[in-house]
Amino acid sequence: MTKNILLTGVGGQGTILASRILTLGLQDNGYDVKMSEVHGMSQREGPVLTHVRFGEKVWSPVVSKKKADIIIGFEELEVLRNLEYLRDDGQGVVILNRARVNPIGVLSGKDVYPPNIQELIEARAGRLIALDATEEAEKLGNPRAMNIILLGVALKALGLHEEIDWNKIIAENVRERFVEVNQKALQLGMSLV
Amino acid sequence: MKHLLTGDEAVARGAYEAGVRFAAAYPGTPSTEILENISKYNDVIKAEWAPNEKVALETVIGASIAGARALAAMKHVGLNVAADPFFTFAYMGVSGGAVVITADEPGQFSSQNEQDNRNYAKAAMVPMFEPSDSQEAKDMLADAFEISEKHDLPVLYRLTTRVCHSKSMVEFKDRVEVPIKPYVKNIKKYVAVPANARVMKVKLQANMALLEEYSNNTKWNRAEYGDTKIGIICSGDCYLYAREVFGDEASYLKLGFTNPLPAEMIKDFASKVEKIYIIEENDPYIEDFVRALGIECDGKNIFPRNGEMLPEVIREVIYGEKIEADTELAEALIGRPPTLCAGCPHRGFFYELGRKRNVMVSGDIGCYTLASGAPYNAIESTICMGASISAGHGAQQIFDTIEDNKMRVVSVLGDSTFFHTGINSLMNVAYNKSNTVNVILDNRITAMTGQQENPGSGMTVQGEITEQVNIESIVKALGFHNVRTINPNDLKEVKETLNWALELEEPSVIITRWPCALKKMHEWDLVEFNNPFTTQYEVLEDVCIGCKACTRTGCPAIVFQVEKKKSSIDPYKCVGCSVCAQVCPVDAIQLRGA
Repeated sequence: MTKNILLTGVGGQGTILASRILTLGLQDNGYDVKMSEVHGMSQREGPVLTHVRFGEKVWSPVVSKKKADIIIGFEELEVLRNLEYLRDDGQGVVILNRARVNPIGVLSGKDVYPPNIQELIEARAGRLIALDATEEAEKLGNPRAMNIILLGVALKALGLHEEIDWNKIIAENVRERFVEVNQKALQLGMSLV
Repeated sequence: MKHLLTGDEAVARGAYEAGVRFAAAYPGTPSTEILENISKYNDVIKAEWAPNEKVALETVIGASIAGARALAAMKHVGLNVAADPFFTFAYMGVSGGAVVITADEPGQFSSQNEQDNRNYAKAAMVPMFEPSDSQEAKDMLADAFEISEKHDLPVLYRLTTRVCHSKSMVEFKDRVEVPIKPYVKNIKKYVAVPANARVMKVKLQANMALLEEYSNNTKWNRAEYGDTKIGIICSGDCYLYAREVFGDEASYLKLGFTNPLPAEMIKDFASKVEKIYIIEENDPYIEDFVRALGIECDGKNIFPRNGEMLPEVIREVIYGEKIEADTELAEALIGRPPTLCAGCPHRGFFYELGRKRNVMVSGDIGCYTLASGAPYNAIESTICMGASISAGHGAQQIFDTIEDNKMRVVSVLGDSTFFHTGINSLMNVAYNKSNTVNVILDNRITAMTGQQENPGSGMTVQGEITEQVNIESIVKALGFHNVRTINPNDLKEVKETLNWALELEEPSVIITRWPCALKKMHEWDLVEFNNPFTTQYEVLEDVCIGCKACTRTGCPAIVFQVEKKKSSIDPYKCVGCSVCAQVCPVDAIQLRGA
């Protein structure tokens, strides 16, 4: 069975490193993996949506609407924007980072940031795991490691935490001085579920 | 060992393995990363950013004539720019193998149109490959070069956004060293004057006819039989989407070599399946051919001609599985429109320009196209690279024929767009004497496609220091007498300069010179711009009157606190451009720590 994962957030939140670690780990463990990334122009804080599919044999690199097994949400509004991808049989999992990056309309006072995102997710997901990953990352001394904490949460929720040697994947693919903090972040994320 | 690569990365690897020695490109989504990755093979491939796609292709033609394998990469609309040499290159043929990569954009993620460049292969009579994933994007390239040399033709290599930007597994091979063929003077082959070109065309037609056999026998075109009630004919990424939907419940004719199309293979496939669907993105390119063979099929009569043929699109058309919109989500959702970044040097300029009356602003392709939106609403037309100045010229010529005309045209484009084709348009303004105000927004880099160096930035794609083309000198040499270079973050200077230009009865050029806030600064940038983007501003809350004037700069670092009715500035985003401080009527915005 092909598994469908979406990572969504805004530019600068580290979704790219998280999806890189995820796909390399899956590949290392012998899965067929495909990934597709959609981002806008090369500006700061634009929406980012990464599709990851893995299984024995994967055809399309794109997750279809209502087929995502899990959405790893780095930013609340972007989860809302892509919630239509979540499988609609009540089995979908959403990991919601309690982070709001206000779009220009909210900053200027024109729009109101949707207040009811959590309820909208709860009505559609089988399981919602909400956390403040930045706060957790600050405990490790590096707030930027929040992306790997979220990945750790997702790997546990997907049941991929033991099957693959994630510490090895991080050690092989992250710059040396960031290896330890990312390994700790991954373990912390896994321990939160 | 397999590698997880994007299609663009795989093409770069493919170029390395195929013994390519020269590559040229102009950045354009989704093709940009091809040359960026090729440039990493610095020791064996000479890679260059060209000022535009026409130049890129012409340099590749020269490299081919000189006997080396060479490759040009561009986005779909880039091939329009390079179409002139492309057609004649087909007539001439190659010495060293040559491949032209076109990265098409079904779905228009970041393009002005959705044209289907497969039509170029047919129109120019060149062979074409359409890989569906990263492994094919690498492997087909080696065959494309073989075909190019064997049949004396350049090859069109058609990718789409999903192929370029999706990652899948790729197995590497070693590089094959293809020696440079000795240069042979051959006037009849390389001089496309009518007497020679008539002969060339006959040869071209003969060469293409020979490729029909290849098309019917190559491994890149193959039938895969499952259930024969449904037969799918498809190319590129559409094969993956069709496979996803139908699995073994259908048979597939997967086409990777699509000009000329394999007539015999298609007839054979059609005789073995009951119902034929043609699944392809954009135009009915395969479909028209299949219908011309007298084969009944369904294609664009049921599938949309726009957008991607994603599995959900196929499911809806074939199985009627429509995905109902979740109206509750749609109602709750708010947009995240792209905005000029905090510190963007375009902000100050468009803030002032948007306030001018009786002007038409002729825009171009770049980050500054965002100034067509709120809060600036300052760009009124955008066509293609370099068109701002020429379209603006045409508009001004008409406005000026109207009695008591008050309309003035302000044409705006970036530094890279100026080098691309804007330079020709500007020459026309001087020559044909229109009274336009021409603005070159020089942010010292090609920003929108992700910070590529350009002829003005002083660095090559490999990071070597090179000449910096001096825009002001060029403009003066073109014949402009009214030229000013200004700091776009200084609103007073911007306003005064615009007023100066609008009062002139001659054309003028304004160069706004300040680096992109995301630019990785060169040493000379740090010196010239005095170590920019290292300060922050803050709002003095007791002084702020909540008038929201600062929010009208459209800066994402400014937060209006609705409850308090006060503005504030996010210190993590602000990089100290000071535009908001200049706009504040009560001086509530001050340099932090001053």
